[in-house]
Amino acid sequence: MTVPTEAYVALSAALFAIGAMGVLIRRSAILVFLSVELMLNAGNLALVAYARHWAGFDALAGLSGQTVVFIVLAVAAAEVAVGLGILVAIFRDRSSTDVDALSGVRL
Amino acid sequence: MTGAWSDPVAWAALAPLFALAGALLVGLFGRRWPEPLPGVVASLAIAAAFVVAAVAAVGLLGRDAGVALTLWPFLPVAGLDVSVGVVVDPLAATFLLIITGVGLLIHVYSIDYMRDDDGNARYFALLNLFVASMLVLVLADSLVLLFVGWEGVGVCSYLLIGFWYRQRANADAGRKAFIVNRIGDAGFLLASFLVAATFGTLTIADANAQAGSFAFGAGVLTAIGLLFLLAAAGKSAQLPLHVWLPDAMAGPTPVSALIHAATMVTAGVYLVARLSPLYAQAPAASAAVAWVGALTALIAAVAALAQTDIKRILAYSTVSQLGFMFAAVGAGAYAAAVFHVFTHAFFKGLLFLAAGSVIHALHGEQDVRRMGGLGRRMRLTGSSALVGTLAIAGVPLLSGFFSKEAILGGVWNSTLVEDYGSRLLFALLLVTAGLTAFYMFRWYHRVFCGESRLARDVAAKVHESPGTMTAPLVVLAALAAVAGYLGLPAFAFPNWIKSWLAPSLASVGALHPPLWVEWLLVAASVVAAAAGLAAGWWIYERGRGALAERVGGGVMGRFARDGLGFDAAYRAGAVSTAEGLAAGLAVADRDLLDRGIAAGVTTASWLGRAVAAWQSGFVRLYALATLIGLTALAVVVAALGGRA
Repeated sequence: MTVPTEAYVALSAALFAIGAMGVLIRRSAILVFLSVELMLNAGNLALVAYARHWAGFDALAGLSGQTVVFIVLAVAAAEVAVGLGILVAIFRDRSSTDVDALSGVRL
Repeated sequence: MTGAWSDPVAWAALAPLFALAGALLVGLFGRRWPEPLPGVVASLAIAAAFVVAAVAAVGLLGRDAGVALTLWPFLPVAGLDVSVGVVVDPLAATFLLIITGVGLLIHVYSIDYMRDDDGNARYFALLNLFVASMLVLVLADSLVLLFVGWEGVGVCSYLLIGFWYRQRANADAGRKAFIVNRIGDAGFLLASFLVAATFGTLTIADANAQAGSFAFGAGVLTAIGLLFLLAAAGKSAQLPLHVWLPDAMAGPTPVSALIHAATMVTAGVYLVARLSPLYAQAPAASAAVAWVGALTALIAAVAALAQTDIKRILAYSTVSQLGFMFAAVGAGAYAAAVFHVFTHAFFKGLLFLAAGSVIHALHGEQDVRRMGGLGRRMRLTGSSALVGTLAIAGVPLLSGFFSKEAILGGVWNSTLVEDYGSRLLFALLLVTAGLTAFYMFRWYHRVFCGESRLARDVAAKVHESPGTMTAPLVVLAALAAVAGYLGLPAFAFPNWIKSWLAPSLASVGALHPPLWVEWLLVAASVVAAAAGLAAGWWIYERGRGALAERVGGGVMGRFARDGLGFDAAYRAGAVSTAEGLAAGLAVADRDLLDRGIAAGVTTASWLGRAVAAWQSGFVRLYALATLIGLTALAVVVAALGGRA
């Protein structure tokens, strides 16, 4: 018996909500980052779930869903590289990664 | 073009360049030069211009036509080809000689007059620029280039009248001259537009030639003539735009001499003379010119009777003499008008420089009521001023007599304005000639004769002016005495200047009355001069001015002293209206526009602050806002279902 697509989508929604709450609640920039990754991967999970769901009807649709996941992974990796670089610079500057303490960086 | 330059006459085109080079040199570097150097350099520039002008004049002798040079194209547009070009003909050469000759003497005179003035270099640079503008004006072959000189003269007069600009009155006088001149300039521009529209050219010679093919008295020619009359009246201080000239004496006295004798005010006479073929075809416009001139001559002479400022008397006298010239150009006696410009340049330049010499000796005193008896202390100034006074009064055998007689005869015998009351014009001018002799006698007598009315501290310091100032006086006095013999009465003697100018001017037929009438006209002007001088002698020498004081203190005296109410009328009519309008607009500007804009600015900045409050810098708040927005969007999409 196979796991129904609805279960994957529900797990994805739960992961996305947990990630979003993390972004909103955590003050440490590292953990905000982790939460963002969680949200991204929730999206990825939903994409592969639907890809599997539609693969039986249309092979191209299944493939395209999985392809997008790779793009998201690559973009997330790049984003982490840049974001962590910024974080390191901020930490060197003020020995803290509290995002609320960074409100003065705005224009 | 190179071929044309081999003709020495064409070299006159360089005259404005010399003056301009002098202006640039002195204006840019003169401030660092030691004292007499700016004046010397400026004088040399004018001397060079005088030399080429003299060469050109000699080269023109015995020729029928002048030299026309097109220098470079300026506005080559379809249907109207304007190029920069010059014409050197007898008319231009005459003016060149007057401008550079009298101008040179005034420059030399100024070296000592303006000694120790802070603005020495600025003064000489402007003086050179003034001469350069006037030279451009008389050399121009098109109305466009003429207008360049015309405006240059206007600007320089403004700058020089207000030369001592730290005093409010001087700056105001400069502005008055400029603004009144602008009114005339508007006439010049409108006239030029009409010329371009009518003849399809702005070249003066072409326009003049084409005017000949129009019907005698054609409406468009009259319109052009009247508009150019407005222009000439502004520049030459004719009714009703004469008000700036009496105030223009606020500038240094040599500047007054330059304005009155060599540059500026003769431009209007030159303009009408230059366009004489056009005016000769427009009798109504010519009559307007003549009447404006005659009325100006009379009114200014009356105003001159009551002035008490040594220069203001002369200023009104210039307005009056210019009126004579206008009457002559209006009546078609163009050569007589140019002749009077010629002689007037000598005696009026002389009189102003003599006045300057007196003011210099009295350390700034200008009121003739506090002068008198100066002839004994300043012999050279006094005796040359006497020559000038007698010349302008029209005493026989001096220059003013011949030129004024030529004008009176020209007006009497005019065919051009015969139907417009030429005999009445003659009568007005004859009365004015008598008044001229009277007020000039008064001027001379009040300043140089009788007992001294000087303040005691001033009287002790009176001295004759230095040689650089008296030498120009003597030269001008000699010229004022003999210049008239170039134009002896044409009916009985050879009139050299008339045949010299003939190629440049339109020839208008004149009446040829019997010889005894001509002699009677001469006698009339002699009688007018004699009567004026005799009345002056009777009132001021014999009656010691008692009668004059009684009349001058009355209503009529004050009326004449205020220039017959023109200034008051303009103040009431135009200036006050404009000032009221300006005050109203200022209120509208301050209370409506400024406040309205300020309210807008306040609102915008308040709005900006309100919106900026959202930009808190708290990243998590942004994330929340994003989430809420996203959720709201999702809800909306869900609610709309598949319809979107």
